[in-house]
Amino acid sequence: MSTVLLWASTFALGCFALAFGCAALRLLRGPSSRDRVLALDTMYINAMMLILVLGIKYGSTLYFDIALLIALFGFVGSAAMAKFLLKGEVIEP
Amino acid sequence: MMDLPLWASVPASLLLILGGAITLMGSAGLLRFDRFYSRMHAPTLGNTLGVASVALASILVSSALENRPVFHEIFLTLFLVITSPVTAILLMQASLQRDKDKAAEE
Repeated sequence: MSTVLLWASTFALGCFALAFGCAALRLLRGPSSRDRVLALDTMYINAMMLILVLGIKYGSTLYFDIALLIALFGFVGSAAMAKFLLKGEVIEP
Repeated sequence: MMDLPLWASVPASLLLILGGAITLMGSAGLLRFDRFYSRMHAPTLGNTLGVASVALASILVSSALENRPVFHEIFLTLFLVITSPVTAILLMQASLQRDKDKAAEE
């Protein structure tokens, strides 16, 4: 019965790993700095979903807290980098 | 994952497959589009529908495991719905300004 869930979560893990690889490739060869910021933004979302699916697969609720922390810090990081691209400094005087 | 009932495991599996495929499509679009403004819109597919379906699958599985409704994964979706447009708007403003600066130099 739960073999279907096992296979579906394995499929989802493979998909997220491939998506993470795509974003990493764009991060490595992005022509400009804004592409790199966008690729990092995509990478943290993919990593967050990877950890959420791991929590489903192992039946544990601990992984949810890790996913929430990744979402929080990832947002702070990409917002700071986008602000830096916009103004040249993160916190304006 | 010991003995999940069928009403939880089948929809959760479908949602996981949908979320994985949608996210992979979004990231492949990030890799393959050729302009920045086209690349900007591709990963938002994964940010919205991908995260929503994975969080819904997680809600189903943890509710079935604990025999009571568990809804705390909804916070993750809510948080991403709030923060993802903020990042997109900031990045888009920066990109527009860089294009404007480059056009003014030439």
